[in-house]
Amino acid sequence: MSTTDGNDGPGGTAGPGGGAGPKNRIRVDQQLIADLVPAGARVLDVGCGDGALLYHLSHFKGADARGIEINRTRVAACLNQGLSVIQGDAEVELRDYPTGSFDCVVLSQTIQAMGDPKGTLETLLRIGNRAVVSITNGGYWRNRVQLALGGRVPFRENPGERWYDTTNIHPCTIRDFVGLVDEMGINIEQCFAVSASGAYREVYPSSAAANLFAVQAVFVLGWRSAPDEAG
Amino acid sequence: MASGTGLQGTGGGTIDRRTLPGEFVTLAKEAPLDLDSGARLGPINVAYTTHGTLNTDKSNAILICHALTGDQFVCGTHPITKRPGWWDTTVGPGKPLDTDRYFLICPNLLGGCMGTTGPSETNPATGKPWGLDFPVITIGDMVNVQKLLVDHLGIGQLFSVIGGSMGGMQALDWAVRFPERVFSVMPIASALRTSAQNIAHHEVGRQAVMADPDWCGGRYQEEGKRPHRGLAVARMGAHITYLSESALTRKFGRSLQGRDRVTYGFEADFQVESYLRHQGITFVDRFDANSYLYITRAMDYFDLVEEHGGVATDIFAGTNVRFGVISFTSDWMFPTAENREIVKALNGVGANVSFVEIETDQGHDSFLMDIADYHRVIRGFLEGAAELRGAAGP
Repeated sequence: MSTTDGNDGPGGTAGPGGGAGPKNRIRVDQQLIADLVPAGARVLDVGCGDGALLYHLSHFKGADARGIEINRTRVAACLNQGLSVIQGDAEVELRDYPTGSFDCVVLSQTIQAMGDPKGTLETLLRIGNRAVVSITNGGYWRNRVQLALGGRVPFRENPGERWYDTTNIHPCTIRDFVGLVDEMGINIEQCFAVSASGAYREVYPSSAAANLFAVQAVFVLGWRSAPDEAG
Repeated sequence: MASGTGLQGTGGGTIDRRTLPGEFVTLAKEAPLDLDSGARLGPINVAYTTHGTLNTDKSNAILICHALTGDQFVCGTHPITKRPGWWDTTVGPGKPLDTDRYFLICPNLLGGCMGTTGPSETNPATGKPWGLDFPVITIGDMVNVQKLLVDHLGIGQLFSVIGGSMGGMQALDWAVRFPERVFSVMPIASALRTSAQNIAHHEVGRQAVMADPDWCGGRYQEEGKRPHRGLAVARMGAHITYLSESALTRKFGRSLQGRDRVTYGFEADFQVESYLRHQGITFVDRFDANSYLYITRAMDYFDLVEEHGGVATDIFAGTNVRFGVISFTSDWMFPTAENREIVKALNGVGANVSFVEIETDQGHDSFLMDIADYHRVIRGFLEGAAELRGAAGP
């Protein structure tokens, strides 16, 4: 996998060729993920939304890109762009895929909404040889300030949400996430910290500074030993 | 509209198939076709229509498979009913199945009654109508005949095979029998196998036909009769399964038909009764009772899972075909759960499949309707398949 550490990615959206139309406009964290996916790979984007990353992967990286999305309207938007997407609940649908069916499985900003994040990670690394997982960092300093001084649970990513209606039922910090994957015997091949400005750089997963200053983190994960065929 | 207590339709005249518009070809002339039942059938006539222009590398052909009571008159004005063809919403210039871009082929299926060989045609061995001497056919037999037609048209690989309901079963069967002959398939409101509930509905329809004394043990043509009452009842029952409870309530509710109060009798007091009687009576003008028996039976026997040793993931093992599966929220005949079984079998072998459930209250018949989300998905799927096929695409 290629690295793009030290790249001060532009804020907002990034698109190839300068002429970024609405179809190929992707978020900075998606651009980072796209850069981490090898050209021509078989990729599954779990929770693919309106298909921005899928479109980018299939049109600019020659990937065989598939998606799963629970929201009917977003699935229709994906199919409307000619993308291969299945409407369904990822935690149910993922069970059907055979072991090793993808080079890479992407889970972008979704793990905090999963009922069983641990089981999901296991499944991602069963059906994919690698997983690229991005998380919202609950340890970001503004979140800490909001809880410490404001006295309220922070929901920076979705400002309208309250503690009782959020779908993000399993929020975590970079340290929390690293703790889980260590416990599971998963190897962190790469870890990127994304700042509030959209800049990103490769960091040590154990970095206390990253856990304080990163808004998001992107991990490239694989099993420590060769993937167990029995799954 | 029907009045009184019965189904006093015209009963329909006998249709002279030779006067119908469209194309006509005789296939399986040299060697008869081996049917799934073990019987052999040939030669086989196929009536079909085409729309649009086949391009020079023959890469823009789409086969449209019609459902139980459909026919080859997919768009434009139907020559018998004088109403729009069954998929006129979807097929035509600038429509999702765009005749400016694709070459569309729609054959009347084996066992049908619009010119393709079926029980109402003449048995060459006896010179009389086949009737119940016609061999029992399967979805696979229908697909084998369609493949002979595609061979006849000189098309190596179809760009897509598309169909709703039983048409979706044929599309799936194409991907199983002739995976190298199809680039993509689009089964809509369909299933890997026919459910017990659908077999049950079919059986009620068949019993209605056979209970009509004018059915004459299947020999009604020779007797100069038509079991139009039985067939109309079968159609009325089936038509309910094509709609939904909420659509019936929205369209009719408990509204009365041309009267202020109920009559305390058995006339069509309610609009919904009058509507169903109309559906039954008009149906018999264009459909053959024995065809109805044979085609519902073919659906009953459809079971791709059983054909593959009960292992659903074996059905599409190793397939390179691209699949687009669509279901509708209010379809209780082929509910989303059954369409998801197709998706599950495909995911199990890592096949390229898209799936969406369209939200609508129009029931199973949604697949015939002009629904914006649905049409966008058909268009998008074909667009995506064309991009994937690259230079060889339409």
